[in-house]
Amino acid sequence: MAAGSSLRPFALWGLPGCCLLVAAVLAGVVVGELPLPVDTVMAVIGNNLWNAGHAVDPIDGGIIWNYRLPRTLIAAACGAGLALSGVVLQSIVRNALADPYLLGVSAGASTGAVAVTILGVGGGLLGISAGAFVGASLAFVLVAILAHASGGGSAQLVLAGIAGSQLFNALTSFIIAKSASAEQARGIMFWLLGNLSGARWDDIGLAVPVVAVGFVICLWCVRAMDAFSFGVSSAASLGVAVRKVQIVLIGAATLMTASMVSLVGSISFVGLVIPHAMRFLVGPRHARLVPASALAGAIFMIAADVASRILIPGQVVPIGVVTALVGAPGFALILLQKRRQL
Amino acid sequence: MRVVANDLGWSAGTKSIVNGVSMEINAGETFGLIGPNGSGKSTLLKLIAGLLPRARGSVLLDGKPAHELSRREIARRMAFVEQHAETSEALTVRDVVELGRTPWLSSLAPFGQEDRSIVQNALHTVGMNSMAENRWDTLSGGERQRVQIARALAQRPRLLLLDEPTNHLDIHHQLALLRLIGHLPVTVIVAVHDLNQAMGCDRLAIMERGEMVACGPPGEVLTPERLASVFRVNATPLRDPADNATVFRFHHMEISAS
Ligand SMILES: Nc1ncnc2c1ncn2[C@@H]1O[C@H](COP(=O)(O)OP(=O)(O)OP(=O)(O)O)[C@@H](O)[C@H]1O
Ligand SMILES: [Mg+2]
Repeated sequence: MAAGSSLRPFALWGLPGCCLLVAAVLAGVVVGELPLPVDTVMAVIGNNLWNAGHAVDPIDGGIIWNYRLPRTLIAAACGAGLALSGVVLQSIVRNALADPYLLGVSAGASTGAVAVTILGVGGGLLGISAGAFVGASLAFVLVAILAHASGGGSAQLVLAGIAGSQLFNALTSFIIAKSASAEQARGIMFWLLGNLSGARWDDIGLAVPVVAVGFVICLWCVRAMDAFSFGVSSAASLGVAVRKVQIVLIGAATLMTASMVSLVGSISFVGLVIPHAMRFLVGPRHARLVPASALAGAIFMIAADVASRILIPGQVVPIGVVTALVGAPGFALILLQKRRQL
Repeated sequence: MRVVANDLGWSAGTKSIVNGVSMEINAGETFGLIGPNGSGKSTLLKLIAGLLPRARGSVLLDGKPAHELSRREIARRMAFVEQHAETSEALTVRDVVELGRTPWLSSLAPFGQEDRSIVQNALHTVGMNSMAENRWDTLSGGERQRVQIARALAQRPRLLLLDEPTNHLDIHHQLALLRLIGHLPVTVIVAVHDLNQAMGCDRLAIMERGEMVACGPPGEVLTPERLASVFRVNATPLRDPADNATVFRFHHMEISAS
């Protein structure tokens, strides 16, 4: 009984959720300009993982193993990371509208990544990610200070987020205009809209560990995040080391956002809409909300990536466009549902 | 738990809100804080709870300086029901009371059977067990207050800080709560507005403009003269034949413009 009542809800959504994630990964590999049968996909995965030795067309094998599988896994990691960042920010700033995109964290990460890419300060994936992390942290600190100084309300935070996003987007444009070649500029603009086409196995070496670490940190802090529901001072009187938890969680959210932005560009609304949808499904307690949001974010992002590939035949729509097409109406729903509290 | 506060003070900017408050409260004592609106009762409770930045003075809990304890160690010793509690999360009553177990849980000691029964007891104590699965944001003011008290009880503290806990409660639940406070084997510091309820405390401190102007047993502290000077009311002490206790009736006091 002790474990039963807390396990039962997990069995209800957790196992189907995991199955759905596996199915989504498969779908992400199967669906595309050149649809590939599931058994070929399984054969290729078998060949690469444990030298199963199935006979497969090497071109199909190449598409599956070098192109679609890493792309799908990056999409999953990215969706999970952004959804977790959203959960963390909403809990820490106690604002339903908090999300890495709206708070300008993504914009800051873009600026950092672009600065490193174009000005060539660091170079390489790690250098770009580090630049994105610096930019994202800077943006968060600026927005948080501005929101706090202007009164600390819900509206102030959103407005400060807008100001921060605009500032960092302007900085990004400025850096591009000043230093990038025309070709670089086109590439960067495409990447900024969210683009998974460059995803390779190397990128997974960054995305998956970052999301795994972020996930573990979030799980570690689920009770603290619950305790923030009645505010910072109530959390403190419940025994939460508020400053420490805030720094660790915001650090994790910024790190996840920055890595995802440096890999696939700035993607809106996932961090906002997924956690809210999950609150409806599994409730507000973070012990369930954290894993549910990570799962749902991963599944949603794979679905968005598949949609981005088949929406216009022969052409790839930037994934950021797809998530925004779904996310903006979702955001509108949240606004309507929250209208009393704003 | 024995609580000693030395020279507590707090300022908002240059404005002094609480100044030079010292007190010694014995284990098991019910200690009341009274005073007009804005006299610093809530601020003093937050100072004792260690929740204010840039606080002056020190608090000893059973002889241990509170600033040497971690937040978690403090939360295992004291629980605080603040005057206001708001959340935008769609929590249930049970979720809120379970928050009280936070300082006792860790990744190695997850929420278990014992915690569940402590939560259930706390819900029962405040008479909210039949509404345990209701949403917090659908509750009435008094029900919310009782849930916060249950949350504090679930914390299993040895010191309970209550800021106007009878606020919003109907008369039955007011008396039930006062009875509960009186019978709990813990030290209680409670801010109250109802001076007749304050008469039930072991000792009272009167706050006025951030300073403690009197401290002692209710009968000594609550004199008609002091009520006139601090609260600006005329008070008539009456005797209740039911239990021979003193009760006050209050009359409006005309105040010349000052
Ligand atoms: N953060 C703050 N900044 C500025 N002034 C403050 C702050 N907190 C409290 N005050 C002021 O300090 C005074 C004491 O406030 P406090 O809440 O302690 O009073 P109280 O005795 O609890 O009053 P009440 O009976 O109305 O609950 C008030 O005048 C209030 O305006
Ligand atoms: Mg008060």
